[in-house]
Amino acid sequence: MEIGLTHYLILSAIVFVIGVMGLFINKKSIITILMSVELILLSVNINFVAFSAYLHDLAGQVFSLFILTVAAAEAAIGLAILVAFFRNAKTIHVEDINELKG
Amino acid sequence: MIATILFYLFAFVLTGSALAVVTLRNPVHSVLFLILAFFNAAALFVMLGAEFLAMLLVIVYVGAVAVLFLFVVMMLNVDVESFRRGLTRYSSAGFVVAAFLLAQMFILFTNMDKISAMKLHLKTPIKEGVTNTAALGQVIYTNYALAFEVSGMILLVAMIGAIALCFYPRNRMRKQNINAQVNRKRKDTLEIVKVQTGKGIA
Repeated sequence: MEIGLTHYLILSAIVFVIGVMGLFINKKSIITILMSVELILLSVNINFVAFSAYLHDLAGQVFSLFILTVAAAEAAIGLAILVAFFRNAKTIHVEDINELKG
Repeated sequence: MIATILFYLFAFVLTGSALAVVTLRNPVHSVLFLILAFFNAAALFVMLGAEFLAMLLVIVYVGAVAVLFLFVVMMLNVDVESFRRGLTRYSSAGFVVAAFLLAQMFILFTNMDKISAMKLHLKTPIKEGVTNTAALGQVIYTNYALAFEVSGMILLVAMIGAIALCFYPRNRMRKQNINAQVNRKRKDTLEIVKVQTGKGIA
């Protein structure tokens, strides 16, 4: 069976859903939530690159490049917030962080 | 044939390591599986003909972001054993959301040729005979120059923000100065006064 665009799209959908699940189900550290966000962005990248390859248009790869930039910036800021928070609260457990009563 | 086998190999390892990232309890193991997931995604990018992005993924994600995660995990020195097992109380909602998302995307992607009104407007077609990197370079610095500059600004702002969040000035820290403590003399700090009744101390 020839590998087509649909295969890549379904793969990216699966990875995206795993990332969304990771946001919801984990009872562990906030670091895992940040990694789930990275997975979601990776799946979006796969989607863009697959469309770019099958439509023979470079725009998808260019946007994937920009997503990579934003993902790196997001990881840096998120981890910096995490370090600053840990310094004050001495915890990164998801359920202990309820100062906003969410 | 070989392409099919390779696709399924990379796809299965990618989904498996993504699951491991989400489910494993130890964040260090999660980061290592995240690195594996990024490597497999890079291999898929190579199969799609996006070599530059594949190498960028390895350099930026594995070389920078994943190492940053590892640094933070090890620097925070969190107690792994204290992470609770089990699911949160929102997990049932999470399962429902995930199932709906997956079903919708599956239906959409498998019937795309029938239902899509997608028209091709190729603005930047992939040229023949030019390497992927050269083709991307020709596009980024011309058609997408503004977006490229903006992404550079985003990185600058992120860098300044991260430094500002973690910066901890030395002079604001209260530290024990043992030398000063030991060298304190009684006459420097203590004065014994005889207070006369009704006069007070001037």
